[in-house]
Amino acid sequence: MVQTLLFLLVLAVTGWFAWKGYRRVWQNIGLGKAENIGGDTAARWRNVLLVAFGQQKMFRMSLPAVLHLFIYVAFVITQIELIEIFVDGLTGHHRFFAPYLGDFYTFVISFIEILSVLAFVATVIFLARRNVLRLPRFTKPEMKGWPFRDANLILLGEIILITGIFCMNGGDKVLQSRGVEHYPLTGAFAVSSWLGPALFGGLGDGTVIAIERFGWWLHILTVFGFLCYLPYSKHLHILLAFPNTWYARLSPKGKMENMPEVQKEVRIMMGLEQPDPNAAAELPEFGANDVFSLGWHNILQAYSCTECGRCTASCPANLTGKKLSPRKVMMDVRDRAEEVGKNIEAGKFTRENYNDGKSLFDYISPEELHACTTCNACVEACPVLINPLDIILKMRRHEILTQSAGPAEWLPMFNAIENNGAAWAMSDDRDLWRHSS
Amino acid sequence: MLAKTYADFQSEGRAPEILFWVGCAGSFDARAQKVTRALCEILNHAGIQFAILGNEERCTGDPARRAGNEFLFQMTAMMNIETLNMYGVKKIVTACPHCFNILKNEYPELGGHYEVAHHTQLLQELIQNGKIKLKEGGDFKGKRITYHDSCYLGRANGVYEAPRAVLEALDVDLVEMKRSRQNGLCCGAGGAQMWKEDEPGDKRINTERIEEVLSASPAIVAANCPFCITMLQDGLKAKEKNEQVMVLDLSEMILNNL
Repeated sequence: MVQTLLFLLVLAVTGWFAWKGYRRVWQNIGLGKAENIGGDTAARWRNVLLVAFGQQKMFRMSLPAVLHLFIYVAFVITQIELIEIFVDGLTGHHRFFAPYLGDFYTFVISFIEILSVLAFVATVIFLARRNVLRLPRFTKPEMKGWPFRDANLILLGEIILITGIFCMNGGDKVLQSRGVEHYPLTGAFAVSSWLGPALFGGLGDGTVIAIERFGWWLHILTVFGFLCYLPYSKHLHILLAFPNTWYARLSPKGKMENMPEVQKEVRIMMGLEQPDPNAAAELPEFGANDVFSLGWHNILQAYSCTECGRCTASCPANLTGKKLSPRKVMMDVRDRAEEVGKNIEAGKFTRENYNDGKSLFDYISPEELHACTTCNACVEACPVLINPLDIILKMRRHEILTQSAGPAEWLPMFNAIENNGAAWAMSDDRDLWRHSS
Repeated sequence: MLAKTYADFQSEGRAPEILFWVGCAGSFDARAQKVTRALCEILNHAGIQFAILGNEERCTGDPARRAGNEFLFQMTAMMNIETLNMYGVKKIVTACPHCFNILKNEYPELGGHYEVAHHTQLLQELIQNGKIKLKEGGDFKGKRITYHDSCYLGRANGVYEAPRAVLEALDVDLVEMKRSRQNGLCCGAGGAQMWKEDEPGDKRINTERIEEVLSASPAIVAANCPFCITMLQDGLKAKEKNEQVMVLDLSEMILNNL
């Protein structure tokens, strides 16, 4: 009874914090411009199933892919045991499924245990890769401070989760073997049937019950903590990878988004279209300089990023020591969305008249934008189909079209295209090559 | 005559099968002009009725658009589309992957709908259907050659196999670099970088790429893009290896073996 009340209280608190956290993310994504993303639902489902659910793109690098798979499958399958923990928490009915499922129950729990051991090994290796081996992509400048701690916190959380499971199941097995009331017999579990007696076999009934309950609470509290922490963490990818792959662009990577508003202006200028007499005289701002002028999908992508850094590790500019890092572009968009969201929530500004004197250009410098070769290596590298290039290009458009800025070296090229119809200022005929050799 | 213009064809009351989109580099860059001429010779050899636009061709707008200058892109693109549609162009081949990408993927939304091929795709087709026959043996047989995927043909449009099939037809000893196909490393010229200096950093991107090329110790590095060719050649010159390693476009290699 006490446990049920405690559980309900924890559940309510978790619900409140989770609601606040996820609503914030939802609202921040909504800061972006409306985007019309449609078309081929079969292809979209294929992306969700293969890329998000099936982790297809992770397997370009086999070692991290296999380790990541252990953690992922363990996480997904453990949700079955989580249902049971819920039933126990709400009703006090211990191992609710056991009598109905019989041997299959033993199999499922054993399966979870084996996966948990594999996930444990993977987590330790992941911690080592970040903290001992210090892989270059985990130690780039943008990973200093919070992003580095965030990653370690998540891995630590996973270790706690697994510890909880084995305290719970191990204690349970010992109590079962002693015929303690409230601990009905189940079949042998793959790991805790020997781990439990080995660790807790010499302890008294009361202590083992305490350990079993400790494991139970540790597991469920960590799960609840995780749930509330996710909206503040890079780890949110475990949820957003799915919508993100669904909304990923299906056109060839080389295709840039068209700007129909500019197209219309140019058509009017060239006399191909009549101007709309009701149109506003002033031209709108072009390109993106803040979360409001990005599409909501760009912001969803920023929240889906788990900062693995495969994009940055494959970026030719970053590889040769330039400031540009595609991962930092995504982290900057998220940080800016967070900042704007907080200011709006605090009532300082509304979405319509937002002006804190800052923009995305305070996060992403022109130098970074100018270093991009639009090679699409970052887009290709992302395991969850994030497109940093789209944001870079939208910001370049803002720089050129709205700020009339950008590298001075580009001006002769612009002038040549406008006046000579060629990318270089040439007075020769375009077909001179036909006559010379 | 190496190549006729669309206007020439029209005055003869005929229509060509295909338009050869030469592009700015192919028109004006001395090195790329060689590729342009090589492709013309191959097309003539294969008996294909092709035309160029000559002075009626304009920059597709790729560097302007990637730099962020959408107005300029829309203007130059609209003028090109007017010309192309006036002639009723249906099929286009180009030796530049940037022109290829923009004509194929970005002109349709502006009203320009064409069947666009990159020259490596056309070369593969011509070899496959026997329109061009390659010499037995030939200069490249058994030669150690590596292939540099351009970003705009490779990742941007997923064309990895056609150029490799052409190399296979030349019977070369193809050695792949570690970063090839989807993982190919950019030469450093895309996104309008061709028209500006690199941003501050440790080294130039083409140096990074040429070091990888050299580690494969090839006699030739085969390419499919005029900008890649410039970048790779500059990289080789900086390393003083331009005597040992040649940069060739696939059309130059095919022409050599006709």
